[in-house]
Amino acid sequence: MSNLAIIDGLHKSFGDVAALRGVDLEVGPGEIVGLLGANGAGKTTLIRCLLGLILPDSGRVSVMGLAPGRDVLRRVGYVPQGLGLYTDLTVSENLEFQSGVYGVAEPDSISSLLPVMDQAVGRLSHGIQRRVAFAAALSHQPELLVLDEPTSGVGVLGRAGLWETIRDASAGGAGVLVTTHHLEEAEQCDRLVMLADGVVVAEGTLVEIIGPRTAVTVAGGDQARNMDLITEAGLVGSFAGTGLRVVGAGIDRVVAALGNEAGLTIHEQPATLEEAFVDLVTA
Amino acid sequence: MSWGVWGLGVSIGSRPALHEIDLDVVPGSIAAIVGGDGAGKSTLARVLGRLIPFESGKVVLPERPAVGYQPASSGSWPDLTVSENLQFVADAHRLDAAEKSRRLDGLLAATGLEAARDRLGAQLSGGMRQKLGVAMALVARPEMLVLDEPTTGVDPVSRFELWRLISRSAAEGTAVVMTTTYLDEAARASFVLAIEAGVEIVSGAPEEILDSVRGPIWSTSQLPPDMSHRWRRGSQWHSWSEDGSSPSGAKQVEPDLTDILTARTLMRQGR
Repeated sequence: MSNLAIIDGLHKSFGDVAALRGVDLEVGPGEIVGLLGANGAGKTTLIRCLLGLILPDSGRVSVMGLAPGRDVLRRVGYVPQGLGLYTDLTVSENLEFQSGVYGVAEPDSISSLLPVMDQAVGRLSHGIQRRVAFAAALSHQPELLVLDEPTSGVGVLGRAGLWETIRDASAGGAGVLVTTHHLEEAEQCDRLVMLADGVVVAEGTLVEIIGPRTAVTVAGGDQARNMDLITEAGLVGSFAGTGLRVVGAGIDRVVAALGNEAGLTIHEQPATLEEAFVDLVTA
Repeated sequence: MSWGVWGLGVSIGSRPALHEIDLDVVPGSIAAIVGGDGAGKSTLARVLGRLIPFESGKVVLPERPAVGYQPASSGSWPDLTVSENLQFVADAHRLDAAEKSRRLDGLLAATGLEAARDRLGAQLSGGMRQKLGVAMALVARPEMLVLDEPTTGVDPVSRFELWRLISRSAAEGTAVVMTTTYLDEAARASFVLAIEAGVEIVSGAPEEILDSVRGPIWSTSQLPPDMSHRWRRGSQWHSWSEDGSSPSGAKQVEPDLTDILTARTLMRQGR
């Protein structure tokens, strides 16, 4: 089956600033791809190119086999970080407006939104507004779903609920591109693409991206003293629960830094995605 | 005297915002308050920052100048430069000239904001603004540091730097309280208080919380039957049921904080 979104060798500059420098990215049907990157890495520019809102300097963007444009947007669902709702309109008016734009029937009522259908969106909690934005973006059964930080600021149940919706859409064949800053969100994706300074620095599953990277944990002893010794040795430590976590150094260097302290338990563990990210981006 | 809140009740207007909340605020440690939008996290942070009154319970805090508070908006002034923002706070706390310049240099180095010291607050990225906000709350070497969502919307590199800054401060003996919606962050704290709709869901050290659900949590690729509590994790369904019974073809998982807090929240709602 052919990919829903294909980005090939994309370059885009704003004045002297190169936002994208040869980016490739593909999203297949039913696939959930996480797009990770620091602020300014080029995520937003990439999404704008994908949606056809700006033109790249060079490279190719193909969505459902077509160049981005109005016909393509009709088959795409987009939830921006700001949610893109009309806050003065009620929930039902927002959904009606959205269906009108896409020329489709209004979506079936979503049971969790029934009690608020006649309330102005601006008066609802952020979590409910997010559900409305999802309902609006999914109303025309898009083949490609683009989500910008979909669960930022949402509690555990809200997050599980939104991911249930995203997974249902992908099970129905939609491809999903999710931008996120957060490990928990990234873990929910099938595949990750990591962007830094306008280039892809890593790509693959969570396990593939973490690769052989490790972190060293230090438990016991005086935490403040351990932290001082770690810092004096030129290593980077941070608190983790009742112990410390040191990244970017093998267990030998940590043992050397703390060697004379009694009662410590020092272990080497796989790095987290966040630690791998920091390593890849700052390398 | 130890610091904290016990049996705390707060209403915003006529709406109850917090009910019977307990939290010990311990020097040299980081407490994370987690919960979704509207859970009451900011309300609790504001009580600790002495910004709003409370109705019931007991609140014990250090003297006012010994509390550093950073609001969710970061608290920096957009039309002052990075170093002017820090100087302003230093002057408000009457730091002498030598101490002021030492403190500012130290904080600019620790936050990686040295190169941006002459940049206006308005021109900072979200991550830089949050780092400035934490630095401002740290200027006067507070005994208690209260940070309201310092990492929301912040990219992973800045988030890592922020965590190091907060860690460093706790290692020096500061009692740190931070609110967050991100559980991977909470998992690194010394203590976690999870709240939803103003009431406690669970609290304790992260490893105690991981141990707080009786019986196994299961993972299946098929939707588990109705009688169990279930939630989405990646391509799988996770579930928990009162009697511990497993859905067919299920595998037991080593639960993380997200699994436990989801299960506890579902149990609380009785569905």
